[in-house]
Amino acid sequence: MTATGVAQPAAVRDAGGRFADDVRAVRVVWKRELIRFSRNRTRIVTALVQPVLYLFVLGTGLSAIVRSGGHFNFRTFMFPGVVGMTVLFTAMFSAISIVWDREFGFLREMLVAPVRRWALVIGKCLGGASVATIQAAIMLALAGAVGIPYAPVMIVSLLGEMILIALLLTAFGVLIASRMQRIESFQVVMQFVVLPMFFLSGAIFPLSRLPSWLGALTKFDPLTYAVDPMRRTVFEHLNVPPAIVRAFDPGVSWNGWHLPILFELGLVAVAALALLAGAVAQFSKTE
Amino acid sequence: MTTAHYNHAVTTLDGPRDGRPAAVVVDRLSKSYGDLVAVDGVSFEVLAGETFGFLGPNGAGKSTTISMLCTLLRPTSGHATVAGADVVTERSLVRSRIGLVFQDPTVDDYLTAEENLRFHAELYGVPKATVKGRMDAVLGMVGLSERRGDQVKTFSGGMRRRLEIARGLLHSPRVLFLDEPTVGLDPQTRSHIWAYITSLKASEEITIFLTTHYMDEAEYCDRIAIIDGGKIVVLDTPEALKAGVGQDRVELGTPDPEAAMAALRDHFGIAATISEGSVTFFVDSGEEFVPRLFGELDLLIKSVRVARPTLDDVFMTYTGRTIRDAEASSADALRSNPFIRAGTRRR
Repeated sequence: MTATGVAQPAAVRDAGGRFADDVRAVRVVWKRELIRFSRNRTRIVTALVQPVLYLFVLGTGLSAIVRSGGHFNFRTFMFPGVVGMTVLFTAMFSAISIVWDREFGFLREMLVAPVRRWALVIGKCLGGASVATIQAAIMLALAGAVGIPYAPVMIVSLLGEMILIALLLTAFGVLIASRMQRIESFQVVMQFVVLPMFFLSGAIFPLSRLPSWLGALTKFDPLTYAVDPMRRTVFEHLNVPPAIVRAFDPGVSWNGWHLPILFELGLVAVAALALLAGAVAQFSKTE
Repeated sequence: MTTAHYNHAVTTLDGPRDGRPAAVVVDRLSKSYGDLVAVDGVSFEVLAGETFGFLGPNGAGKSTTISMLCTLLRPTSGHATVAGADVVTERSLVRSRIGLVFQDPTVDDYLTAEENLRFHAELYGVPKATVKGRMDAVLGMVGLSERRGDQVKTFSGGMRRRLEIARGLLHSPRVLFLDEPTVGLDPQTRSHIWAYITSLKASEEITIFLTTHYMDEAEYCDRIAIIDGGKIVVLDTPEALKAGVGQDRVELGTPDPEAAMAALRDHFGIAATISEGSVTFFVDSGEEFVPRLFGELDLLIKSVRVARPTLDDVFMTYTGRTIRDAEASSADALRSNPFIRAGTRRR
């Protein structure tokens, strides 16, 4: 408890206000998310349990009912949806950790620093998106188990799509979290936002031949436009009859117009940017 | 020192400065929440290198004032500069020149002590070349060098607070704000924390601004402002405050009380009484009187006890109640405290 030595008077520099300061803040907030993720092995394993159950238990169970004919397995259909689901849950969980940061005080350490709020929000979103992409990539490694080839082009395209979706969802999560005052609200968000988004996205059943009310609802779910490109990417690398593709990979159409993949990804990107802007605005309001 | 005198001294900015510049200048600063006035036009200045304390019950406006000075809250009216920068118009500048230690923990449990410090260094733009040296210095100062690689979740409450203090110092701030630095800690840890804070003065050129509702902690400050109901009721050194309240009580143990009393009466004109076997009397500054007593009188004295007025007496004198009574009655005002975690705050 003695003062060991005299600290040399460090060069006092006035940080803050410069763009370089904010970029550094983005990087350090992002890095913290990765450190926390890598340190919590239990969380990584736990986050795999749900998608694995969906894929191998629910998927196998449904395979017995869904007679697709030929050798096509329902689990193959579900796979991109389950990868999307991994992104969804991990991204939401990471983003909502802001509420934990607030509860346990660390958010204040960030808010009082001489950096602008947008830098903190972007750092948090990039961090959450990276974590969600890594988690989903672990899931992606199981592709072979459901008869999907490890085609390099497919893997790279899927990873790119996952990053984009992860950004959309983390931005959405941060926007929600900035309005959330208590950890208890997390359950409400799960039940009223995350689960409906998941079920309406076409992750676990094909969007073809749905009753019109349900079909209409799915078109309002942003996740629909994220899961569909992933499924189409997978189906491009499968060798299945056209009838199967029509039934299980119908794509999304607006009033008869079949949306191209790039248009869907563009939608996701625009939505991600809009949500990010919303999150920054919302975050800047808090004192 | 009366409130009126004090206010005059501040508005004309001619306090006892010894040529030192002011680290904090506050001019009629106020903060209201609707009808509730949390801080009501306070003015004061803190000199560079000073340890300055805000003493008052919870809800008195201490934390609200500190939040405004740290740019976390926008004042309703009034002005303040901290380390030469305006708290409203030059927020980034203020933030980069101050260190903050909150009463609630703000370290990341999943990071190691060192990672917490690195995070802070990056956010505050500590130059790469100096980060290592600063980290070693501040960790050494709070005695956490050995535990630098351990995750904070393995730390005790006192160690976390020490880490927070180290982090608050990492970027070499000119002013360190400590909001209730020892609240919720056991007495032994509290005294350790204070040992670190006082040792700081020897190793860093820094102004320390702290809030506390512990009377014994206020004693460590060079000057104290007693704040109650959003207003500064009095501001001075602890000694001056206590001296202003009353005299010290001196108790002498002697085999010949009668002789002692006679000598005190004849030589110093003091009327002493016998209380519980001791010769008891009151003088202005007992510690200075005792050497004179020994030097000037030839008395056989076995024991001397000097009891000084406490800051409790000071608080009582200026606010008409003890700080504990004040705590109880200000429970409502607590809700306006911005340092209370957001979880309980409503927009």
